[in-house]
Amino acid sequence: MSVIRASGLQKSYAGHRVVDGLDLSIHKGECFGLLGPNGAGKTTTLRLLLGLIEPDAGTATLLDLPVPQAAREARIKVGVVPQMDNLDPDFTVAENLLVYGRYFGMHDSEIKARIPDLLEFASLTSKRDAKVPTLSGGMKRRLTLARALVNDPDVVFLDEPTTGLDPQARHLIWQRLNALTKQGKTLLLTTHFMDEAERLCHRLAVMDNGKLISQGSPRELIESNIEPQVVEVFGETAGQWANEHAGKFSQRYEVSGESVFCYVQDAQKLVAHLQAQSELRYLHRPANLEDVFLKLTGREMRE
Amino acid sequence: MSVQYFALPRLTLRFFPIWRRQWLVWRKVAVPAILGHLADPVIYMLGLGYGLGSLLPEMGGTSYIAFLAAGTLCYSSMNSASFESLYGAFARMHEQRTWEAIMNTPVTLDDVVLSEILWSATKSLMSGIAVLIVIWILGLTNSLMSLWMIPLVLLIGLAFSAVGLIMTALAPAYDFFMYYFTLVITPMMLLCGVFFPVSQLPEVLQALAAALPLTHAVDLARPLMNGAVPAQAMLHIGVLLTYALVGFYISLVLFRRRLSR
Repeated sequence: MSVIRASGLQKSYAGHRVVDGLDLSIHKGECFGLLGPNGAGKTTTLRLLLGLIEPDAGTATLLDLPVPQAAREARIKVGVVPQMDNLDPDFTVAENLLVYGRYFGMHDSEIKARIPDLLEFASLTSKRDAKVPTLSGGMKRRLTLARALVNDPDVVFLDEPTTGLDPQARHLIWQRLNALTKQGKTLLLTTHFMDEAERLCHRLAVMDNGKLISQGSPRELIESNIEPQVVEVFGETAGQWANEHAGKFSQRYEVSGESVFCYVQDAQKLVAHLQAQSELRYLHRPANLEDVFLKLTGREMRE
Repeated sequence: MSVQYFALPRLTLRFFPIWRRQWLVWRKVAVPAILGHLADPVIYMLGLGYGLGSLLPEMGGTSYIAFLAAGTLCYSSMNSASFESLYGAFARMHEQRTWEAIMNTPVTLDDVVLSEILWSATKSLMSGIAVLIVIWILGLTNSLMSLWMIPLVLLIGLAFSAVGLIMTALAPAYDFFMYYFTLVITPMMLLCGVFFPVSQLPEVLQALAAALPLTHAVDLARPLMNGAVPAQAMLHIGVLLTYALVGFYISLVLFRRRLSR
């Protein structure tokens, strides 16, 4: 059963097509990741699927309701963790939850009954009466997550949920997101951290220039897009080495500064060759999502 | 501009949880806020009223300070509504992103803008009542008709919040509001009969004053404070209501455009 569906979605700003013919179907209970470089159209896609903006063409449904036409009704069962924190700085942690729950038409008694569980889930029980500006970045993110759950949503949208957090804070968020999928909630998240996507998501879509360019489970994406082994070669002479030898040993290679990335089916011969090159260092590893991502979206910076 | 920006406002009671949010914020700073509402208008009223007033003859059968009291009520209400609908609303829309958080819930922009105009009008009402209490204590009015000032300051609040929200919808940053205060609010204070009757002005300025909302507010307030029924009350109420309704609609169209990207 699809919880979120989009077909032919299109949106342009000032003549630039930010979302360009997007088809998407997200199933109940899965964690779906939208990957893409900055400016790929991820946030606009989320805003379209939430029914916050009108598409120029195409249709979308959220929890079987057409958006944006019935977005208000659909959002009763949706939670949102935005990219930038927009907690109420004047309020305490608990007041943030209370005030937010009211926007869903919940009664104060109903919200207050949920607050202890939400605080526990976010590991913020001891911070209940702390004001928002006194919280750390990780605590603010957890409070934003707890706030998104105040209405007990079926679907949670997360726009770069761990950007700017330290590793400890990221791991705690990941744990909580895993717990949510175990509860049967559907998650749609955007990220440009590949380890995050690989760890959390059942299915992924790579987005660039407003289009979905590849979709599948993390494993499928790696298997269908890229050779299984990667050998990274470093050193001042790496570029010269690549010109002369890389093509002989690898199916595909890329030069980036003083590094060469060799993508191979079988790395044995290449590794044996490299062991004899004293001026070069190398790293042999299995291919990962980041390799797929860089192959699909290119190595150039996006600004 | 796209057609959907011009749709009529869809107003619902969902504005109320947002109004309660502002109330909760305000309650935390209530004491300094009330003092802030009072300090500026009361000092002007006392300073000019007693200082300048002692040099002046009676104005239309009352002392100058009683004359000034009606004007002070009107302009202080104008100021509270303007500050809240400019600085307050801009902070919630732009800086704190409170609107964004709210609009991710089943609350829409129309509800948010309605809550903003009603909240700014509430601030105007609270500041108006505070000033009115000072006026009563000083004995500057002894008519029960002055109770009509309570709905009037609310109406003034609605008119100036609506106009203020248009500025907020257009503002790139806080600096922008300085233009509005220097070019619109301050001139209104001086042209609309707060400190002296509009009839003292050259005719061109009188004509200008007649189009400004604060003039109509003062024309209602002054007779009420003296226990009289204002002449052409319906006209004055009509002008203030028009500013409120048209301003609200224009600001909503502009907010829809601004936030659709």
